[in-house]
Amino acid sequence: MSHITKEAHGGSLLAQSARTKKRNAAETRFKAFGIAAIAVSLLMLFVLVTTIIGKGWGAYQQTFITLQVELLEKKLDKKGNRNLSDIKKVSTFGYAPLIKSAVTAKVEELGVETGLKSKQLVGLLSKGAAAQLRDFVINNPDRIGDTVEFRFLASSRVDGYLKGRVHRESIDNDKNISPAQLDLVDALVLAGVVEKTFNIDFIIGADASDQRPEAAGMGVAMLGSLSMMMVVLALSLPIGVGASIYLEEFAPKNWLTDIIEVNISNLAAVPSIVFGILGLAVFINYMHLPMSAPLVGGLVLTLMTLPTIIISTRAALSAVPSSIRDAALGIGASRMQAVFHHVLPLAAPGILTGTIIGLAQALGETAPLLLIGMVGFIASNAPDTIAEGLMSPNSAMPAQIYEWAKRADPAFYERAWGGIILLLLFLVTMNTVAVILRRRFERRW
Amino acid sequence: MNDMTLLERKVETQDIKIEARNVQVHYGNTHAIKDVNVKIEDKTVTAFIGPSGCGKSTFLRCMNRMNDTIQACKVSGNILLDGEDIYDKRVDPVQLRAKVGMVFQKPNPFPKSIYDNVAYGPKIHGLYNTKSELDEIVETALRRAAIWDEVKDRLNAPGTGLSGGQQQRLCIARAVATAPEVLLMDEPCSALDPIATAQVEELIDELRQGFSVVIVTHSMQQAARVSQRTAFFHLGNLVEFGETGHVFTNPQDARTESYITGRIG
Repeated sequence: MSHITKEAHGGSLLAQSARTKKRNAAETRFKAFGIAAIAVSLLMLFVLVTTIIGKGWGAYQQTFITLQVELLEKKLDKKGNRNLSDIKKVSTFGYAPLIKSAVTAKVEELGVETGLKSKQLVGLLSKGAAAQLRDFVINNPDRIGDTVEFRFLASSRVDGYLKGRVHRESIDNDKNISPAQLDLVDALVLAGVVEKTFNIDFIIGADASDQRPEAAGMGVAMLGSLSMMMVVLALSLPIGVGASIYLEEFAPKNWLTDIIEVNISNLAAVPSIVFGILGLAVFINYMHLPMSAPLVGGLVLTLMTLPTIIISTRAALSAVPSSIRDAALGIGASRMQAVFHHVLPLAAPGILTGTIIGLAQALGETAPLLLIGMVGFIASNAPDTIAEGLMSPNSAMPAQIYEWAKRADPAFYERAWGGIILLLLFLVTMNTVAVILRRRFERRW
Repeated sequence: MNDMTLLERKVETQDIKIEARNVQVHYGNTHAIKDVNVKIEDKTVTAFIGPSGCGKSTFLRCMNRMNDTIQACKVSGNILLDGEDIYDKRVDPVQLRAKVGMVFQKPNPFPKSIYDNVAYGPKIHGLYNTKSELDEIVETALRRAAIWDEVKDRLNAPGTGLSGGQQQRLCIARAVATAPEVLLMDEPCSALDPIATAQVEELIDELRQGFSVVIVTHSMQQAARVSQRTAFFHLGNLVEFGETGHVFTNPQDARTESYITGRIG
């Protein structure tokens, strides 16, 4: 007879026993926890995305003021010979009166009584307006003497007023803008002189000084990031994959390779700022590579990305069944042929995914860039060549965002959020590419 | 054992293809093969039988140095292929494996087309000059592996899409395509159904015309059906080696008798 003394499975199958009820309740509880956790994270994600878009959207719109400017010959080309070197002698300071008179003329034309001084009138425009005018004249000297229509960037306060960032109540202590100026803006809006349009310059333009947040853009920092990613990809993919293939397929398994393996895993967990200070010590102080250069940034990020790529590549290689290696070796392929003809193609999707995730990680990295001087530098021009892009000082997207976020003017704060949208778009794109590559190249064996 | 039909096979005296002398294999501290001496004849099917873990697969893998890939494995003694020691320092195992092909327990076609599976060996060994020569090699190999008629219309289909038995025959074709002199088969039918097994067994008998075949098998019936010579391994020792008919009907060793009558293993 049975040695089980308790009644084991007594009772009807139609009624749940106490133990079954308890087990089912535990399972239900666990499922509820899981659903709750997912719901909370989805909520967080939603809040995050809506906040970022809500705050950053302003950066993608910019306010412009259209004015007719008379390009007076006696101010811009006193000799009247259209000699470019003479024209270039007139600094932006010399263009200021033209803008002043253009604004004044517009206000008079509209018939608005403002009581504002001309300096305050010009204050509606960006401080870069005179430079914009000068660039136009230098490029088109034949237009001197004409009256030309210009779209000037509005100053950041005017821009903020139209975007709802600056309120009449909030400007009591603001010496950059007054209620009278805002009245004038309202009048200009009614007259159709002020318009808010999509801000392509934010995506392709360069960073601007503290005085001109309305002109700041991400474009050059994006080129900096791109140059760094090229360096990271060109170095970390071949080195990382090569090292992984050697370690996984060729290296003898002994205490030395064990130590190397442990240390690669440890490197993956080293804080990125440590790599930054290493880069400062080795690449800049010892090797005398240029400060703030994307080449150095790329080298530092390569150090950081290598462990990620090595670990994921080794995982992908060891996931290839050994029967494939046996098959190749069994018909007389050399080890290298077995690896490169059969194992590597099968591991490729995993390697690609690991690489792209490593790159995405590197793209968002800020801390090491602090130490090699890629933060706080304003690159006012886009580099002309790839070599210049690698060697000349630049910033990177996350560093640029950090730079904007710490500036005093709230207009920069908006730019920082806008920059985060761009950065996230980059990361989402890269991760999507990783998923697509994985789907496309994944083969079964 | 009733269904076992033992034919009185005439075993002709053949040239010795492989000769093992005092072979010892150690896996770390485990002594896996103990002093094995065996002579494998050309154009003969030799079966290795024995209970699980007796070392028959290990010994098979010694014969084309596939054990080199296992670090803990140490082989001593001599294995001579046509009188040359394959464990000599001057021997490149890659060159050896081109001469001594291997078919594995689990069908392991490359995840490539049927054609590429068979063509891979000739490609890496440079066995052809023109594309049409390669086509011919592939067709011959597939025919010898008795799978040509089933796949001739879909040579570009993936080899992994075939059924298990077809995959194993494809693997045999792949091994045959490199023109080996010896074909080692490690339980080639253990993952196959009876019909596929019968096809592969028939094929092994055909292949005997061209090579010396060594087959490791769990199934004594299979050994009896396909082989001319049988070696019985037990706990790392080669207990008995002789003509298949003799080993099965008139075993000399008590352990062999116990195994073939089903008392051990």
